[in-house]
Amino acid sequence: MPRVKVKRASTTIDMTAMCDVSFLLLTFFILTATARQPEPLQVDTPASATQVKVPDDDLGLITIGNGGKVFFGVVNRNARGRMLELMSEKYSIPFTPEEKAEFSMMETFGVPMGNLKQLIGLGPNDRVKEGLQPGIPVDSTEALSNELFHWIYSARVATKEQKDVEMRISIKGDANEKYPEIKKVIDVLQSQKVNKFSLITSLRGSDF
Amino acid sequence: MAELNTGGKQQPRVDLTAMVDLAFLLITFFMLTTSINKPNAMDVAMPDKNKDDPEDRLEVADNRTMTLLLGSGNKIEWYVGEYSNPLEGPEIVDYGKEGIRPVLLRKLKEVPQLTGDPEKGLIVVIRPSDKSTHRNLVDILDEMNIVQARQYMIGTISEPEIEVLKRDNLYND
Repeated sequence: MPRVKVKRASTTIDMTAMCDVSFLLLTFFILTATARQPEPLQVDTPASATQVKVPDDDLGLITIGNGGKVFFGVVNRNARGRMLELMSEKYSIPFTPEEKAEFSMMETFGVPMGNLKQLIGLGPNDRVKEGLQPGIPVDSTEALSNELFHWIYSARVATKEQKDVEMRISIKGDANEKYPEIKKVIDVLQSQKVNKFSLITSLRGSDF
Repeated sequence: MAELNTGGKQQPRVDLTAMVDLAFLLITFFMLTTSINKPNAMDVAMPDKNKDDPEDRLEVADNRTMTLLLGSGNKIEWYVGEYSNPLEGPEIVDYGKEGIRPVLLRKLKEVPQLTGDPEKGLIVVIRPSDKSTHRNLVDILDEMNIVQARQYMIGTISEPEIEVLKRDNLYND
């Protein structure tokens, strides 16, 4: 009887196509991952079990940390320029177009209005040095001395003008910051009738 | 001339398995970091501030309100009703599943039975003191989400309540 010859198939698979695809995906993910900007004020946010993510645009971010220092930033780049224009009118401090362009690149800042020109003059790497920016002045009035009030107000006006949507506001507070410092900022928001905002937290495990 | 016997043309092949492994590992890493890196947002709604008439208040039954005073040292002091004449408490508890959660869950179940109306549930008033931290505020708001308390608000602490905290040694720096 003739033996049936079983043809041995090779066990190696051609990996070229798979390699191509995986590197394509890898490139895609590397490019979409946004590089983390260096922050002038490092905060350690408290944890919560909330699953809702921070919205990407039309967001005003108030950072509180390091003993009540308040920083402010707007995510939308186009709104930043308009916000500065509104502020320069209010405080009658003129800014050149170059300064405005430079300001639009700033993620967040925390200096009094009088020192803003100086801050813009510094390089992007010097700006984020820790302890350089003293924070935005906050008080309980609605006068020009309460600069945070006017920054938030201008940012809201700028967002409304450009996109016709209400700017959302998030507070990113350091976990060990005392409540009065947070309360001060919440009061500023409430004096503008902003009663809804969000607190930024990091994720915590379910075993809490 | 002698000839080398190469035994036919051999295609040069590289083993790509290791490379694919590495690529997929990196893909996984980037996929996870892009979504995990994003912080979470906890929505908060504050009660509207009425500048013209700060005394304009809604009266609610004492047995429905539970007040949480956030003191120092990560402790909560809670009571039901009014501070001068509490219906229950005051009691000092911790945060988390061993501390405030069983109390909240119990009250959430009890109050609708007490009022006889499922609509009239528990109202939690959170009063952070000046000695509490931002972490405490986030923790207690998170707790509200976990126990699914529908009615809660952040209020301002009053002088007599601060006295209560001082008495219980929960008002330290």
